[in-house]
Amino acid sequence: MMAEIGLAALWLAAALALLQLAAGWAGARDPEAPIAALVRPVAVLQGGLCVVAFLALIYVFAVTDLSVKLVAANSHSMKPFIYKVTGAWGNHEGSMLLWITVMALAGGLIAIIERRLPERTMLATLGAQGFVALGFYAFLLLSSNPFERLAQPPAQGNGMNPLLQDPGMAFHPPTLYVGYVGVSVAFSFAVGALLTRAVTPDFARVMRPWVLGAWIFLTLGITAGSYWAYYELGWGGWWFWDPVENAALMPWLAATALLHSASVLAARDALRVWTIMLGVVAFSMSMIGTFLVRSGILTSVHAFAVDPERGSFILALLTIYIGGALVVFALRAGHIAEGKRFAPLSREGALVVNNVALSAILGIVLVGTLYPLLTEAFGVRVSVGPPYFNPVSAIFLLPMLAVLCVGPLLRWRRDEFARIRLPMLIVAGIGLAVLIAVWLVGGIAILPLLGLATAAAVAVASILPLRGRRLTRTPLPVWGMVLAHLGMGVALFGMASDTAFQQERLVAAGVGDTVEVGPWTATLDGIAPVAGPNWTAMQARMHVRYRGGDAQLAQPQSRSFWAPPQETSEVALVTRWNGQLYVAIGNEAQGQGDSGGEAGRWQLRLWWKPFVTFIWLGGLLIALGGVLALTGRVAGDIRRREKVRRIGERRAELRELAA
Amino acid sequence: MTSRLKPKHQRLVLLAVALVALIGAGLLAAWALRSQASYFYVPADIAAAPPPPSQAIRLGGMVEKGSLRTASDGVTVNFIVEDGAAKVPVTYTGIVPSLFVEGSGVVAEGKLGTDGTFVADNLLAKHDETYMPRELEGMTTAQVREDVQATLE
Repeated sequence: MMAEIGLAALWLAAALALLQLAAGWAGARDPEAPIAALVRPVAVLQGGLCVVAFLALIYVFAVTDLSVKLVAANSHSMKPFIYKVTGAWGNHEGSMLLWITVMALAGGLIAIIERRLPERTMLATLGAQGFVALGFYAFLLLSSNPFERLAQPPAQGNGMNPLLQDPGMAFHPPTLYVGYVGVSVAFSFAVGALLTRAVTPDFARVMRPWVLGAWIFLTLGITAGSYWAYYELGWGGWWFWDPVENAALMPWLAATALLHSASVLAARDALRVWTIMLGVVAFSMSMIGTFLVRSGILTSVHAFAVDPERGSFILALLTIYIGGALVVFALRAGHIAEGKRFAPLSREGALVVNNVALSAILGIVLVGTLYPLLTEAFGVRVSVGPPYFNPVSAIFLLPMLAVLCVGPLLRWRRDEFARIRLPMLIVAGIGLAVLIAVWLVGGIAILPLLGLATAAAVAVASILPLRGRRLTRTPLPVWGMVLAHLGMGVALFGMASDTAFQQERLVAAGVGDTVEVGPWTATLDGIAPVAGPNWTAMQARMHVRYRGGDAQLAQPQSRSFWAPPQETSEVALVTRWNGQLYVAIGNEAQGQGDSGGEAGRWQLRLWWKPFVTFIWLGGLLIALGGVLALTGRVAGDIRRREKVRRIGERRAELRELAA
Repeated sequence: MTSRLKPKHQRLVLLAVALVALIGAGLLAAWALRSQASYFYVPADIAAAPPPPSQAIRLGGMVEKGSLRTASDGVTVNFIVEDGAAKVPVTYTGIVPSLFVEGSGVVAEGKLGTDGTFVADNLLAKHDETYMPRELEGMTTAQVREDVQATLE
């Protein structure tokens, strides 16, 4: 029954999306048209229906209703309850339903709270939103129905990919999706503004919180995904340049550029067309990301729940949306009035460089991600990996970070070099000092070396905008900028430090053996089987000491799940302020044979990773910066609204007095 | 000074700068893809034209039955990757993926040593029942053989 309720809600919501598109279209032409009054209530209702559908899906998963095909294919009655719930979106259909739910909720929210835009632009925006949503409803209902019933329910479900049975993976996809959907809202705003030619600072101020929100979630999603891959896949790396990782990185790059250009538009009324263009690009990137991950066109270590047959559907959507937006852009961009001018040496100038560099990096990642797919069409199999991405993106990343050091110190419109000479010399001096110091230590490759120096410079430079300010009076968005830029430095430091200084030991150890890695000694005390709710594991008991200090316990596992049958590695992490010890256990060493090793030894892989945690700490700082900026902007808006209201009241009073 | 330009001209200048940077990025990417991308080889490719020892490549094929040996250190494995037309000995030090078995597909990332042994830094085996390295998708020994023969003819 629940499944039918969900399906009915979904069909109703799809019908409402169609109505929203039609009413929004009519309203954009004539805001006084009677049908235009329907747009806002329809958007709210559509959001509510999606929530009903999504809750219905969670319900059938929670009770493991095996007569629903999706549950039978992706769940198992013996799975822990929390993963039954998260299993609702741990698969293709469920995650698409989550996507459309977040999107419909966002539409409802816009309809309720957004009152600053001209009515016509507002209606066009919600119409565009209905259009985007409609495609996803069609996709969901016609090719990926999550509520499909089975004529013959199986006795047990198929189970869930064990790699997904992890708290990190349970909440990582929704986080990313909220980010993707936020970007799609920015796109709707851009289309709305294009259609009504209302590309104004006000438009940027309305769009900015949505971009900021999307960007915060994308940042958190990428950070969490990276940490998940690091501890769950057992290979000790935090970024693989995997196509699925790139699928999340590309919208983030575009959203970062959009965020900065929207700031220019809001503050200085420049970069009008460019901002709109970035709105279109950012959404295209999140669509391409969805296409890459969900179409089954590629198989990646992270690509879950894929199905090649759906690829063509998403590709069609991709073509309609991106192509349509580009056509509207091409037809309308020429009609958008010029923005204000500015000098090259100004805040805007620096932000233009930032935007160009981000776009270039985006282009590089996009080319590297799509290239193997392209060559495969011609029968050539190619792998593109770190040897391509690292140096080529660094060529644009390093100058961008240099501009990041300068930009926040510059004034809007125009500035003099003399004013920022001293802080620049300090920052450059610190960077250079680190460069020379690390270079003298020696034995470090060029990229980590440059990374460490740049990280130091960025970290110092990011704090400089606070110089000469009263800290208690500094506006929240400035704090946000400072923290986010500091986070860039911190994350970069973690990446460079881990790449440059990590140490690795790989041994086959018997019980009682001691292994040294960097400043750590690790002793294997024993190995024993343990059992969980739906897995068994071999677990090593080890005590580890940092520079002969107190013993700490490390218990890495090699897990075997039985539904579906798969082995995963549960690594042991021992965290200190200055890094992490990472221990993974492999198989029982097959030493016998040619050279007569003894049995009873286990493969152990140990890494000492100095400051590796700073990578994710940096990611969290960046997101926190976004939260502060968002809070500051929203609070500012509320204050402004309150002020306008009070002025109105005062005027009314005066008028009464005069009368 | 750019600041004295009319807004329209400034927009053109910005557009030119952006175009130059993006085209530059594209050219750079194209150049890097030609020279840096680690290419996918099957043993027959290596037999026909071995890559230089410094070049990082991916070697894909089937793990030959009966070829898997563990060295006495317990963490180094030696095996042979074959595609029906040629064979390449591979050595790898590390924890092998759980589904790495004889007769199954594997992609090894690494470099070809001067003695003809492939030294792998990383093994991508069939990850679970749904994951297969993209290069090996749908590849069985028979298909590899056909593929290779088609390219050799």
